[in-house]
Amino acid sequence: MADDIFQGYKGRALETLMKYNIRVWGQVEIDSTRGKFLGTVLPRAENDDDLHIVVKIPTGYNIGIDIDTITGIIETGYKKAVYKIPEKEFPYTKGLPKVKLLGTGGTIASRLDYRTGAVIPAFSPGELYGAVPELAKICNLTTEKLFAVFSENMGPEQYKKLAVAIGKEIENGIDGIIIGHGTDTLHHTATALSFMVQNPPVPIILVGSQRSSDRPSSDAALNLQHAAYAAGHGDIAEVMVSMFGPTSDEYGLLHRGTRVRKMHSSYRSTFRTIGDTPLATVTTKGVKPIKKEYNHRRKDRKVVITPVFEEKVAMVYYYPNMFPDIIDSLVDNGYKGIIIAGTGLGHVNKPIYPAIERAAKKGVHIYMTVQTLWGYVHMFVYDTGRDLMAKGIVPAANMLPEVAYIKLGWALGQTNVPEEVKRIMLTPICDDITKREPYNGYLVYQGGLPEVEEFIKKFHK
Amino acid sequence: MQNPINPHENYENTLREIGYVPLNKATQEDYDRIGFMSGLEVHQQLLTKEKLFCHCPAGVFQNSDDYDAELIRHMRPTLSELGEYDGTALMEFRTRKEIIYHIKNVTTCTYEVDDTPPFSINREALGISLKIAMLCKMNIVGEVHITRKQYLDGSIPTGFQRTAIIGVGGELPLSHKKIRLIQLSIEEDSCREISDIGHVRVYKTDRLGMPLIEVVTHPECVNPNEVAETCNYIRFLNRSTGNVRTGMGASRQDVNVSCAGGSRVEIKGVSRIKWIPKLTHNEAFRQWALLAIRKKLLDRISDYASWKTDWSYIDKKVLRLQLMEKEGGQKYKVVAVNLPGFAGILSHFLQPGKTFADELTNRLKVIACLEKPNMTHSEDFMQMISPFEWDKIKEILGVKKGDAQLIFWGPEEDITTALETISERCRMAFEGVPKETRKSYPDGTTIFERVLPGADRMYPDTDSAAIPLSNEYIEQIRNNLPDDVIIFYHRLKEWEVPEDTFTYIFRKNLFPVIEKIHTQLRVFPKFTGLFFGHRLKYVEGHYTASPDFNYDLIFDLFSFLKKEKLQFDLAVRMLPLIYEHPNMDFNSILESIRFRKSSKDDIAARIGFLKQRFMKDHKSESPDACTNWIMGQLRRVAEGNVDLRELRKRIIQV
Repeated sequence: MADDIFQGYKGRALETLMKYNIRVWGQVEIDSTRGKFLGTVLPRAENDDDLHIVVKIPTGYNIGIDIDTITGIIETGYKKAVYKIPEKEFPYTKGLPKVKLLGTGGTIASRLDYRTGAVIPAFSPGELYGAVPELAKICNLTTEKLFAVFSENMGPEQYKKLAVAIGKEIENGIDGIIIGHGTDTLHHTATALSFMVQNPPVPIILVGSQRSSDRPSSDAALNLQHAAYAAGHGDIAEVMVSMFGPTSDEYGLLHRGTRVRKMHSSYRSTFRTIGDTPLATVTTKGVKPIKKEYNHRRKDRKVVITPVFEEKVAMVYYYPNMFPDIIDSLVDNGYKGIIIAGTGLGHVNKPIYPAIERAAKKGVHIYMTVQTLWGYVHMFVYDTGRDLMAKGIVPAANMLPEVAYIKLGWALGQTNVPEEVKRIMLTPICDDITKREPYNGYLVYQGGLPEVEEFIKKFHK
Repeated sequence: MQNPINPHENYENTLREIGYVPLNKATQEDYDRIGFMSGLEVHQQLLTKEKLFCHCPAGVFQNSDDYDAELIRHMRPTLSELGEYDGTALMEFRTRKEIIYHIKNVTTCTYEVDDTPPFSINREALGISLKIAMLCKMNIVGEVHITRKQYLDGSIPTGFQRTAIIGVGGELPLSHKKIRLIQLSIEEDSCREISDIGHVRVYKTDRLGMPLIEVVTHPECVNPNEVAETCNYIRFLNRSTGNVRTGMGASRQDVNVSCAGGSRVEIKGVSRIKWIPKLTHNEAFRQWALLAIRKKLLDRISDYASWKTDWSYIDKKVLRLQLMEKEGGQKYKVVAVNLPGFAGILSHFLQPGKTFADELTNRLKVIACLEKPNMTHSEDFMQMISPFEWDKIKEILGVKKGDAQLIFWGPEEDITTALETISERCRMAFEGVPKETRKSYPDGTTIFERVLPGADRMYPDTDSAAIPLSNEYIEQIRNNLPDDVIIFYHRLKEWEVPEDTFTYIFRKNLFPVIEKIHTQLRVFPKFTGLFFGHRLKYVEGHYTASPDFNYDLIFDLFSFLKKEKLQFDLAVRMLPLIYEHPNMDFNSILESIRFRKSSKDDIAARIGFLKQRFMKDHKSESPDACTNWIMGQLRRVAEGNVDLRELRKRIIQV
């Protein structure tokens, strides 16, 4: 809001500003019982208290002044700051691939938001070029801002729009697509697009950053360059996530959209392929495949877009002593599909059985996945598993719980016939189910062991 | 073509021209003449168990080769809150450094390497910083806002330092004037550099994140000694809280210096106060010399907007630089540069033993990453190239009279940056003194370190919430403040403690113990002051302290002597043992020094006999000689048992 002169101030702090006739961005001299303070009044974050006024002092630091100590304020000037990434026209270079960046929000490019005190996305080819000029050496980039939402607000509506937009870009002859995305649910979107956009002839790269681009050590610039390289020059024409391999600024990994998961709340190298190896490594010099089998880049434009999603699907993370009413309430609220993340090989305890039986009878589609993330559902090993299958739960092999959730929503968007749903669910798409788990698909090394420590010391983290 | 400039003569002449005087000969008039002005940014580590924004231990250090893992980062400049790029940030970006961090598990967690957001601020550190801000008579803020201050040199893996203002304003009462303060901030300490060679800089992260405060003064010191005095005062004030770290690197200062018409130049990380006078002295004169250069250049070339260098690659057949080949092998390129109108400038005096050419070579190292030696020039003191070769180079460059030439070498990919760096620095010579930070050397000279950052590198920390400081909390701290150092100073004066002990007493924060011994044990403070300032200082220099030794033991010692009705003089003999074996009880120490308790009368009874003996052998000597001899005979038994002055009186009386 451009004309709000009291940005973020409320209650008693706002009264104080009004009492002394002071605006945000006003240069002020404040007298207080704690002495005199000089500076520029800054906006205040909306959720902060109403007892302080924020001032930028001449040395560039911000401080808060307790309004109860203020005895007088004089405004001596006014200087509004305009925060703008220098916008430069993205140069066109003949011979470089055409890459489209579809923006969804997130921290790939961001700036300060005074309303929340956090960072908000900023996005345009010019801004991106201003911030990461190296991009111009990799590809001819155009951008389109589809929506500006934080990662956690991405949902079926956005998945569908994205799929349609991707289809259109492919049809128009693009060489590669980048999707800028917040990282929290990046893997959900990657999965959804893996199902909704099948057999793409060009790379579709989802990318985000774990450190916003307003920080000098941000991973955004390098991630973006990796994504641009993989999208424009890479041979792997699949839906992939491109994020840091190690936490060091060294190389990125290209993960298959259906096997990738965010595994650390804050690490840069948070995205890991689960139960398999990543597809490839990527640097600004090239894409180096790790897996031998993948879909190659093609000249044709034959892509299958299926932008459907049934929203009444839920995921239940089982815990000991879970009451059956959890399942019952989902059924009573009209849910059509449930993914259970079971313990061990795919189990829930007996008290839940009647609820599952009831749900199945009402036509709810129930699939079992594992909380352990690694490994397959094996419901034949113990009686409990056999009982559950008899009651209508379908084991979903080594599909990750989030992947199963997205896939069920997508399947139910197409049909409600149990057998048909089951066929879709259990037919592997982009390795959401793999026939075998390679020995190096499960590597959670434990620190402290001499051989692991030796390894850690030898290679950059 | 004959070289018209004799570098040595030119250096000496220009030194005289600007009126340089060495530090020990300089008077206040000299400093007034050049408009000496200086202020300080004093950094002090706080004594806390944990780091400032995470729970790693503070004060645990590793050797450079002792690490568990390493990781790599590159730093990119970002916009400040006000939408500007910072000059330093852009310079650092241009250097394209690869930063490697050596990490040790015990001292570093995922926070330090920027893989976890900050935890809430260490309250212990916050309390200490408030205490010191109050001792500095500052205006305490109502709410502490964590700010990010960009550092793109890699010394902090995030690329910024989390820092916050605790107080603004305030003043220090020096013995003869007041120095006003700008602000006090609390901040996290940076990494320690292991090496910086070519495009690779290596740091260790043990010190990173330790709580630190920075006290910033106004530039109100008008001579080098005043800067040192101010610095000492701040150090003593910090130490008077008993809550700050001591030892190498625990307190470091950045010294801001300018001369009239010069610029603010910051000498970074001066770890010893005794180096300050020479550094500030030399820096003020360096600026004075740069202003002289400016005038000379403008006299020669008034319109410097069109001034530019000419350069050319030099075929290695034309010029064989043995030194360069040893350093960089065959891959290095050699470039000759003509600097129009710069004759006599390259060998112009700037600092003792340093000339304008040193500014260029150091910028080549820092900005273009060319390891030294990276250049030679037409006015080098030690000519690496024969006059014949120079003539060939001058021919290639097509030089004119009054020009100067330099030759530099380095990897091909760094040549463009190097050429920009040279021409940028030469251009600045027309403008005066560049704002920069400089690194200090123990000989009192400095070299270019970075472009001086401005307020544009500040950004609010979006990862942490503001911390309100209530009046109650502030009052609670205010009620537990130690007295001002200046009060200690005046009190020591009153007690007639000699001034040569003050620095030691304040540096070790010993005033409180001296005062306690005075008030509780009634020991003359002059004696205690000397005991600490001379005796303890001597013992510290000559014996190895046990880790269990602390200054409270000295209070216990005096208290023991008082209880045992022994003379306090005895403490002098006991001190080295206590220092090395603080766990020994005092009686055992007395045994170790072979002390025997005797009454005054027993000792006095020997006087008559001794006197007779002396008279027998030395009839002709003066009574003084007799007294001295007897004192010598009795000292060993008397010390601790009787007051030696009293004993002397009795000898005379007998």
